[in-house]
Amino acid sequence: MGCEITPSSKFDRKNYFYPDLPKNYQISQYDIPLCQNGQVSFEFEGELRTVALRRIHLEEDAGKSIHAEVTGDPTRSFMDFNRAGVPLLEIVSEPELHSPEEAIAYCRAVKEILEYIEVSDCNMEEGSLRCEPNLSLRPKGSKELGTRTEIKNKNSFQELIDAMEYEVKRQARILDAGEEVVQETLLFDASTGKTVAMRGKEEADDYRYFPEPDLVHVQISDEWIEESQPTLPELPAARRKRFISDYDISPDNAEFLTNTRPLAEFFDEAARLSGEPTTCANWIMGDLTRLLNTAEIEIQDAKVTPAHLNELIQLIGDATISGKIAKSVLDDAFETGKMPKQIVSEKGLAQITDTSEIETIVLQVVEENPGPAQDYRDGTKKAIGFLVGQVMRATRGKANPQLVNEILTRVLSTD
Amino acid sequence: MQIKDLLCTNGIATTCASRMLAEYIPVYDATAVARLREHGAVLLGKGNMDEFGMGSSTENSAFFPTRNPWDTGRVPGGSSGGSAAAVSAGAAPFALGTDTGGSIRQPASFCGVTGLKPTYGRVSRYGLVAYASSLDQVGPIARDAADCALILQSIAGHDSRDATSLPDAVPDYSAALTGDISGLRLGVPSEYFAEGMDAGVRAAVTAAIDQLAALGAEIREVSLPTTQYALACYYIIAPSECSANLARYDGVKYGYSHQGDGDMWEAMERTRQHGFGPEVKRRIMLGAFALSSGYYDAYYHKAQQVRTLIRQDFAHVFEEVDALAAPVSPVVAFPIGERTDDPVRMYLVDVYTLPVNMAGLPAMSVPCGFSNGLPVGLQLIGPHLSEDRLLNIAHTYQQATEWHRERPGI
Repeated sequence: MGCEITPSSKFDRKNYFYPDLPKNYQISQYDIPLCQNGQVSFEFEGELRTVALRRIHLEEDAGKSIHAEVTGDPTRSFMDFNRAGVPLLEIVSEPELHSPEEAIAYCRAVKEILEYIEVSDCNMEEGSLRCEPNLSLRPKGSKELGTRTEIKNKNSFQELIDAMEYEVKRQARILDAGEEVVQETLLFDASTGKTVAMRGKEEADDYRYFPEPDLVHVQISDEWIEESQPTLPELPAARRKRFISDYDISPDNAEFLTNTRPLAEFFDEAARLSGEPTTCANWIMGDLTRLLNTAEIEIQDAKVTPAHLNELIQLIGDATISGKIAKSVLDDAFETGKMPKQIVSEKGLAQITDTSEIETIVLQVVEENPGPAQDYRDGTKKAIGFLVGQVMRATRGKANPQLVNEILTRVLSTD
Repeated sequence: MQIKDLLCTNGIATTCASRMLAEYIPVYDATAVARLREHGAVLLGKGNMDEFGMGSSTENSAFFPTRNPWDTGRVPGGSSGGSAAAVSAGAAPFALGTDTGGSIRQPASFCGVTGLKPTYGRVSRYGLVAYASSLDQVGPIARDAADCALILQSIAGHDSRDATSLPDAVPDYSAALTGDISGLRLGVPSEYFAEGMDAGVRAAVTAAIDQLAALGAEIREVSLPTTQYALACYYIIAPSECSANLARYDGVKYGYSHQGDGDMWEAMERTRQHGFGPEVKRRIMLGAFALSSGYYDAYYHKAQQVRTLIRQDFAHVFEEVDALAAPVSPVVAFPIGERTDDPVRMYLVDVYTLPVNMAGLPAMSVPCGFSNGLPVGLQLIGPHLSEDRLLNIAHTYQQATEWHRERPGI
């Protein structure tokens, strides 16, 4: 994200009392965070937007409060400390997002990067990705930011949009009435679609930050940064650009193929091996995706590899098998993991390309079907389709359809 | 062995001499305890102390004060009073204490036993209930330097569970006890011999320094000008860190929990109101104030800057000398109740031990005589990671003197 990496950053204690915070202080980073500045770019409404980042820092997670809404018992609340102490990476942007939709696009872009570099599995439902918008309104044309509120507790991008849209309306109502927005943290209640103030005195005015004495400074050397830089994977946006320019595929297809890092890498490798990116793309987006969805697995867990796809494409290319046969070969490879050549030879699926062999069958079919043959000669050119079908049937689909077409046409025309 | 009740012992109550943890039973051993157990040490009991390590007399224990074996009407010192008294009375051959501002050295000196506070980070703090994280250290209290060397050997060394523990290799402390200190440059800081010191203490310490000279040490007068600021500096930094370290005691997870009417916040407040003793509350409030916005720069930040100056003072002096000799405390064991009404008067007994914690240096208390029948301790201070040198000086002194062999009449 183009951040400045702080050579020596420290941890601080953020002191406040709350039952889900076991030590009643949270280890965080106050004034010297791990990273500063930087930016994230993404496509929004057809344009490239770049949002500046303020900082990235590490802190520890608190536990989870479980209240009456979940337990149905209004007399008690429970504390789940399982995640307390787990480290969190907090990425803070500058206030440069101008609509809930834009905010979502930004979040998706960040999520994509984090998934790509395998820092997190970014699962909002499970809580491994949390997006906390800080939202304020101001009169059009005004440069000063209004009072902001922070919204927590959204378990999906949809809830995130709903929460932001509600909050925009809520603040607008308050400001239109001439009143002031209170700076506070709100919880989004998905059942009512509203934001509500958090219970209890969670917001202390003064966190009494001081350097964490139990942890030493984090030193990051220039050498380490230099060594790590090349190990970073190509980020999705860059990869999409490269696919479009180098492989000549459409932006929509590039979007699909870079949806996850394993998928992008699969395509990249297959395209490289075969030299036929468009063909690879079609196979991946079509039949392979169908097989993955039916089996409910991700591409990295499939038995099929770029080498399989490459071999399949070669076999089609040198006319060993037809496109139609290739589909069944792919199905087989997906099931068994066997290489296409092996499957073709084991099952005797090789196309018949011997022209004399085909001609024999063609002649036979024409003789057995005088009606359609005559129709063709009389001008109904599409009657040939039926005859091709018959030849294919006779050869159990193994005749090279192109050759069949050629030979049939020749035979019918010369007779 | 006896273990000060501030160190976690698996399955055995660890109260920190506080009502807050009166029934708390840890599920693990502190690293120092575990290492001693691995070496075959047998636990005889947990040592009484000033609550959470805050105090200089063990009178701040929530349960009862410990009495000095030399005169049961007097304090054993603090905060490791129970540990020092046990060794002094022969109830245990050695004990583990902890030292944040002098809490091993001062009670060792009041009880006539030998104590060592290692370099900050030499011994793991894992399992040590935290008072002031940047000052706390675990160390041995025993009858002589040779025993201290054995104990330190077992507990010292890096621990991956304590990020502040030093990676430096642990030398062979017993092998360092050569009994030879000829040529040792011994500094005597003038600020540690100020007015107001008990005459008997001055006499005993001066005699001890003369004895060290006779044993081959070269005595030099040195100066540590920042000494006068150490007390104020300590009583800002330690309470600040303790205000955060003790925030966890709220009755929610373990320990004393006030039940009754009122909401959750009230329950927390009552838990802390009843669970903590007055000195602990005093220091938490001092600390919270010193860290609060508007005051942080003037107090906490300033104190940390002064701390750097104190550290530099010592570093400067150690370019000229190999170790320092000074009193441990300006007084000997005082009567129980004599200083409990005046916190600052109580704080003053630690003026000579506090600066050492501020600088993170190792130091020892070595019995060197008596004043009015009460033990006096000689303090030896060394540069970073010089425990072997200090132990040798103490050992050499103890080969030539008998003070450490004296036993109280009880």
